[in-house]
Amino acid sequence: MHELSIANSILEAVRAEAARRPGVRVAKVGVRVGELSGVEPDALSFSFEALVRGSDLEPLALEVETCPRRQRCCECGCLFRVVDFNLVCPDCGSTESRCVSGDELEMVYLEIEEPQAAPAPGTGLRGAA
Amino acid sequence: MERVPLEKKVLSENDRLAAGLRSRFREHGILCLNFISSPGAGKTTLLEQTLARLPRGDRVAVLTGDVQTDNDARRLARFGFPVKQITTGGACHLDARMVERALSDWRLEGFDLLFIENVGNLVCPASYDLGEAAKIVVLSVTEGDDKPLKYPAIFFRAELLILSKIDLLPHVPFSMAAARENARRVHPEIEILEVSATAATGMDAWVGWLDARRRQVQPAAEAPVASRARSVP
Repeated sequence: MHELSIANSILEAVRAEAARRPGVRVAKVGVRVGELSGVEPDALSFSFEALVRGSDLEPLALEVETCPRRQRCCECGCLFRVVDFNLVCPDCGSTESRCVSGDELEMVYLEIEEPQAAPAPGTGLRGAA
Repeated sequence: MERVPLEKKVLSENDRLAAGLRSRFREHGILCLNFISSPGAGKTTLLEQTLARLPRGDRVAVLTGDVQTDNDARRLARFGFPVKQITTGGACHLDARMVERALSDWRLEGFDLLFIENVGNLVCPASYDLGEAAKIVVLSVTEGDDKPLKYPAIFFRAELLILSKIDLLPHVPFSMAAARENARRVHPEIEILEVSATAATGMDAWVGWLDARRRQVQPAAEAPVASRARSVP
């Protein structure tokens, strides 16, 4: 269950990026998780929500994009998705291929709200009623 | 709302520290190996029997990680080589910062082989680069032969699979052929050795693998280990 420390690394990176952009609020972070990364997306989301709750980053959202394993065939050069660990090239039948994706654990994007963006009319009073 | 692209590894800070460790290991001609397995697969016993075969005075050191206790460090220290326990206090894996801290009061020029025994866990340690030259996954025959398919991340990243406790094969429903096939479905190039550390089966092949890797790190040095290996009574 290292997803908690992975989630914490994401939050630290978000804080570092936010510090470089004074005044902005980070609303969402997108991460890419490969199926060979050893990271379970559901456990990551669960850990992430637990760490964000009550923190300075609340309400930060997380979007996880999962990436299947893809191989490039050494014979015919085609790119194929690996299903059920089948490494045989679907085009030429070769068993020689190289892994080109599936072990990612990357931050892909941040969604930020600029400080200049004035709040929509009326929203400034929300919560005061 | 604006979307800002950000191509950055989640564990980039760990990767940065690991890259620093790797370059220090290279500078000092150290082969660093990171042993990963589930709890009880026999990492410590394999390391004990490996240390027992190395000549006294060989430039070897061991870091061993556990959630609690220094039992493994005490077991491994009996062989006369420097050993340090990393107690993670709950964390399920070692990370590069823990290794860096553990090495901080050792003079790296005194070593050319560093074993790191990770916390017993087949999942989490796979994600953390420790600056090692290779990850070695240990799978015992008392576990399932489908472990490579259940925990592909570590088998995908390991350079060598050591199938351990093979002296117990007559007593367990473990298919060596299935384990090999499953490991190669995940990682076709993985090297595989079959070992029983307690029965000393396959240890020569393992020590041979180790010697070959040590020579790769130090091509110019005098042939270090194989010729000087002392036999174990």
